[in-house]
Amino acid sequence: MSASAQTLVMDCKLDKIFYGDFMAVRDSHVPIEKNKITGFIGPSGCGKSTVLRSLNRMNDLVQNFRFDGHVHFLGQDVYGKGVDPVVVRRYIGMVFQQPNPFSMSIFDNVAFGLRLNRYKGDLGDRVKHALQGAALWDEVKDKLKVSGLALSGGQQQRLCIARAIATEPEVLLMDEPCSALDPIATRRVEELMVELKKNFTIALVTHNMHQATRVADTTAFFSVDISQGSRTGYLVEMGPTDQVFNHSREKLTRDYISGQFS
Amino acid sequence: MSAVNLAHPANAMNTPLPAAPSLQHQIEGRALRSILLTSLAWVSALLASVPLISVLYMLITRGGARLNLEVFTELPPAGFELGGGFGNALVGTFVMVIIGAAIAIPVGIMAAIFLAELGPYSRLAALARFAAKTLTGLPSILAGVFAYAMVVLTTGTYSAPAGGVALAVLMLPIVVLTAEEAMKMVPKIMKDAAYGMGSTNTQVILKVVLPTAMPAILTGVMLAVARAAGETAPLLFTALFSNYWIVDGGHLAAMSPTASLAVLIYNFSGMPFDNQLELAWAASLVLVLIVLVVNIASRIFGKPRF
Repeated sequence: MSASAQTLVMDCKLDKIFYGDFMAVRDSHVPIEKNKITGFIGPSGCGKSTVLRSLNRMNDLVQNFRFDGHVHFLGQDVYGKGVDPVVVRRYIGMVFQQPNPFSMSIFDNVAFGLRLNRYKGDLGDRVKHALQGAALWDEVKDKLKVSGLALSGGQQQRLCIARAIATEPEVLLMDEPCSALDPIATRRVEELMVELKKNFTIALVTHNMHQATRVADTTAFFSVDISQGSRTGYLVEMGPTDQVFNHSREKLTRDYISGQFS
Repeated sequence: MSAVNLAHPANAMNTPLPAAPSLQHQIEGRALRSILLTSLAWVSALLASVPLISVLYMLITRGGARLNLEVFTELPPAGFELGGGFGNALVGTFVMVIIGAAIAIPVGIMAAIFLAELGPYSRLAALARFAAKTLTGLPSILAGVFAYAMVVLTTGTYSAPAGGVALAVLMLPIVVLTAEEAMKMVPKIMKDAAYGMGSTNTQVILKVVLPTAMPAILTGVMLAVARAAGETAPLLFTALFSNYWIVDGGHLAAMSPTASLAVLIYNFSGMPFDNQLELAWAASLVLVLIVLVVNIASRIFGKPRF
């Protein structure tokens, strides 16, 4: 990898991730570069979502979760001593697989994070800005008081993106953000991601390899190791998307990409 | 491997169509059974609504005639007196329900937060849940005995607060269980979203879980209030009855026996005087109307806003 230290927003060394006795992920080193989209691909159960959720300590909410390694965010280990996971999530935002707006108005949804942090400036301005950033403003500007749940699935997901970017986090973690959307809505969200990387750094888990080739600058391929009756995911290779898809170093990657995995 | 024998369009051209089966209604065993069971369910549903409708009909015909402004403003009449009303009992019922609600609602909702969010799998939660479920089946007279021992004996007098405590004991489990259920219905992905934005536990509960669950919690609260308003037995030991206003001549008689609609109905219905019997009917009608209004209110407030 050619990424110099300056452009690394996150440097994640995931030695071991456990849920209770079950080792979900091992020995994976994932650097995430600034203003790029890093795509995580791999078969089901390979731990790519686990990796993503470990980056902003969402996994702390899971009982018996244990993490060995470090996740450096702008030089600080988010698993370091005295680090508050609540603050980590403020800077490393998340967009989920299922659109999950709160049952409040569109405006309140976007303003949620700002109010959480007692934002002092013009709330309306920031909400508008975030909705514009999520390419939703034109569709909802006349109905900001309407419930966020009244929108279509694709609009809900863009609302969730607007909600996530309203507080201007450094990194956006997106966990299969399009898997619940139809192709047209997917295309819009993909275009949006490419637009968003100008201002944010994005880590994207996707099931869809075409999506990775369309939007990801860097791709990390994970696979799953079925040994001793356990399933442990690990990073097989990572590099510029074009290289991973067209000139992959590992046979495993080539097999997966060409659909020949056993 | 033999392929499924699908009528390929090319083959379908050559094979003749099968004879059309009859699609008419047929009188046969299972159809008859279906008709029978459907009518049985229909009749049962009708029977289930008979008590409420007949009670309402009786109360309106027998209590409706006596319903006028006087009954709301006057004190209960003595033996052979004519006129009078149950103003003090109405006030007493309101006061005691409010005291009960003021205890049961905050405690109940806080307990539900613990059960649903903070320690759903803890031993304490299992114990509290079991206690609440048992308490819903508690004969209401025992709630009165409890408040008698706790409040009446320690303060040395029957009083509205004692009645309020007894009602609180009855309301508490309803509030706890419905509020817990309501909070559990809040989708996990919604809570994840809040955590993912950097909310603390408290913020997730206060800003997402409670507001989202609020309509359903209100329904439970209203049901608890409606139940408490109609209770007689727990008040017999605790508030007793009084022929006077709880506020008399500018003086609040908080620590003295207090009248309630339910106990007034109980007392007057056994009296040999027509006037008192009529008042008991009218009071019953008012009590049912209160319960009805509270239930309707719970439907209105129970509608999700978003």
